Amino acid sequence: MEKRVVFKNKILPYFLVAPQIIITLVFFIWPASMAIYQSALQEDPFGLSSTFVAFENFIYIFTDPIYINSIKVTMTFSFSVAAIAMSFALLFAVMADRAIRGATTYKTFIIWPYAIAPVVAAVLWYFLFNPTVGMLSFFLKSIGINWNFELNGRQAMILVIIAAAWREISYNFLFFLAGLQAIPKSFIEAAAIDGASPRKRFWTISFPLLSPTVFFLFVMNIVYAFFDTFGVIHSITEGGPNEATNIMVYKVYHDGFESLDLGGSAAQSVILMIVVILLTVIQFRFIERKVHY
Amino acid sequence: MKRCKWMLIVAIFVLVIFPASVMAEPVVVNWWFAHGGRLGEKVQSIVANFNSMQNKYKVVATYKGNYHDTMTAGIAAFRSKNPPHILQVFEVGTATMMAAKGAIKPVYEVMAASGQPWSPDAYLSTVTGYYTTPDGKMLSLPFNSSTPVLYYNVDAFKKAGLDPNKPPKTWSEVADYARKLVKAGSPAGFSTAWISWIHVENFSAWHNVPIGTKSNGFGGLDTEFVINSPLHVKHIQQLADWQKEKIFIYGGRRNKGNAKFSAGEVAMYTESSAGYAGFKKTCKFEFRTSMLPYWSGEGGAPQNTIIGGASLWVMAGHSQKEYDGVATFFNYLSSPAVQADWHQFTGYLPITTDAYYLTKGQGVYEKKPGMETALKQMTLNKPTANSRGLRFGNFVQMRAIMYDTLEAIFVGKKTAKQGLDDAVVAGNKLLRKFEKANK
Repeated sequence: MEKRVVFKNKILPYFLVAPQIIITLVFFIWPASMAIYQSALQEDPFGLSSTFVAFENFIYIFTDPIYINSIKVTMTFSFSVAAIAMSFALLFAVMADRAIRGATTYKTFIIWPYAIAPVVAAVLWYFLFNPTVGMLSFFLKSIGINWNFELNGRQAMILVIIAAAWREISYNFLFFLAGLQAIPKSFIEAAAIDGASPRKRFWTISFPLLSPTVFFLFVMNIVYAFFDTFGVIHSITEGGPNEATNIMVYKVYHDGFESLDLGGSAAQSVILMIVVILLTVIQFRFIERKVHY
Repeated sequence: MKRCKWMLIVAIFVLVIFPASVMAEPVVVNWWFAHGGRLGEKVQSIVANFNSMQNKYKVVATYKGNYHDTMTAGIAAFRSKNPPHILQVFEVGTATMMAAKGAIKPVYEVMAASGQPWSPDAYLSTVTGYYTTPDGKMLSLPFNSSTPVLYYNVDAFKKAGLDPNKPPKTWSEVADYARKLVKAGSPAGFSTAWISWIHVENFSAWHNVPIGTKSNGFGGLDTEFVINSPLHVKHIQQLADWQKEKIFIYGGRRNKGNAKFSAGEVAMYTESSAGYAGFKKTCKFEFRTSMLPYWSGEGGAPQNTIIGGASLWVMAGHSQKEYDGVATFFNYLSSPAVQADWHQFTGYLPITTDAYYLTKGQGVYEKKPGMETALKQMTLNKPTANSRGLRFGNFVQMRAIMYDTLEAIFVGKKTAKQGLDDAVVAGNKLLRKFEKANK
């Protein structure tokens, strides 16, 4: 009995994969090649005059202190979002795993934030922390903290990290919970019988068995923080104050659409494309091998 | 019998469809604009009035987002060979639009080709000067032009024992007033919107000092920024120092700080004259406007202020019939009644002298003394090379650099001199890039 699926008709398989291939070509290959082409040009916004400048755009951005700063900001931002989202989610998952009464209600409420679009979540957090009218700002001012994220870069970074991570906690929670529930109860019981405390049981048994999930979620969180958080930055800080929250994907938008520097923006998106390809390669090579479905 | 029935149906069909297709459909003119909220509703009502007055042309006005989004949408539409007829572009996009010779059709050409009577002299020269070539040919139609003014909270003034009929004239007076206001309980003295537009660009024009060489860019693409002059450094450093005493607080980019004024956090606020409509709705206290403060004895203050806002550009690639529609609509927009109504509702300046006199004749300025402030301030003196406006390429990026620079200065990372020097270096790089791309 052959395991592979074999088609009798020679042409049918091509028709079946055609829709997917067309979508990939139109929505990925075509824009990506346009971006590579545009990154080698210096042109005016209307496309009326363009000059071929080869690698000049790339040299310009890598010698631009604002772009180097943007790379640093993106690194800080994504690792912080990943760390916070994953640690809180793990905590909640462990707690939810042990709960017996009201477990379903608890889990439902934790998952709700994921249903809210990132931009909406960002605007909600912006209102809460707004220096003039926000409820949480009143609280912070009353305990003596001078909260003004429109001027203070560090505070702005904290705010966008919270707004971005809040949503990801739900996503990670789901995976961690599933991962925890996949651990055979017999291991835990055996350790309990041998006298291990709950903490020891978690760190020596559960956590190592969760490591494929951790690795997978780490990559997913980094990708999210790199790309899906555009809406968060745009609604709250627009890359400010003074470039403190100007992540790379936001800079691509700002340079391309607000400053109308299409060549430079295309060069930056080519760099980001390389980053995504690297992350995907890492994910496929190291993670897919360890996770068993 | 069956054949007769079919012929009857076909005959009715033809009789109904044929006249409908012979009857002229109005020529559609697409206008992409950037006003949301109350201003957007007003735009739509102007368009609806025009459409109901005649049935030859139909203007379809679409809100495309803020100024950036609208300009980007227009450019993208041009690149995909489907631009609108009229595009509202903010004043800092003027240089980019002017340089795009194949993408736009200058207004003076559109009006001339339509054969309709049109006089460029009917427009206020301080307003049109920004959008005109050096030899007086109008490239885009000014629609909403504003100039910055000082808004002040009359109730807060009275509480602090200040006379609301004597608003502060100089920056030193502003500081004095602010100290008294803070003492009487105001959380802070003053804040501002559009900080680069008001405290750098208009600051320069108001004091008759240049923003850039070559008459602020009017004279050539090889212009360079000079916003790190001693006077500029003095003003910005003063703003940074005043933050420590809560005389001044930075309100954020664009006009995010408006809530500070309407919520009563600051009692004085420099903002566009067009902020009037919004404040009228949100402020629960009495407020008035007065002229922008200046440093007495510095430069040539007070000279005149320059406009902000946007103008209407006509995009290339449409038929003559459609351009006739554009010309008719532009004449309608410039008519005294429409301009006077727009001016009184929004706080934007009237763009024709007739509209100004109409408003004056209606006694509006006696009832609302602040409305005339903006116009008086803008026409205080005949514009000099430093106060006609500005024309710098890539200026949108420069504004972003200015926000970053000022934020760094206000938070103490740089002194005003360092920050402005760095901004000049970065800005000149942008100007050289624009010059190269538009040789």
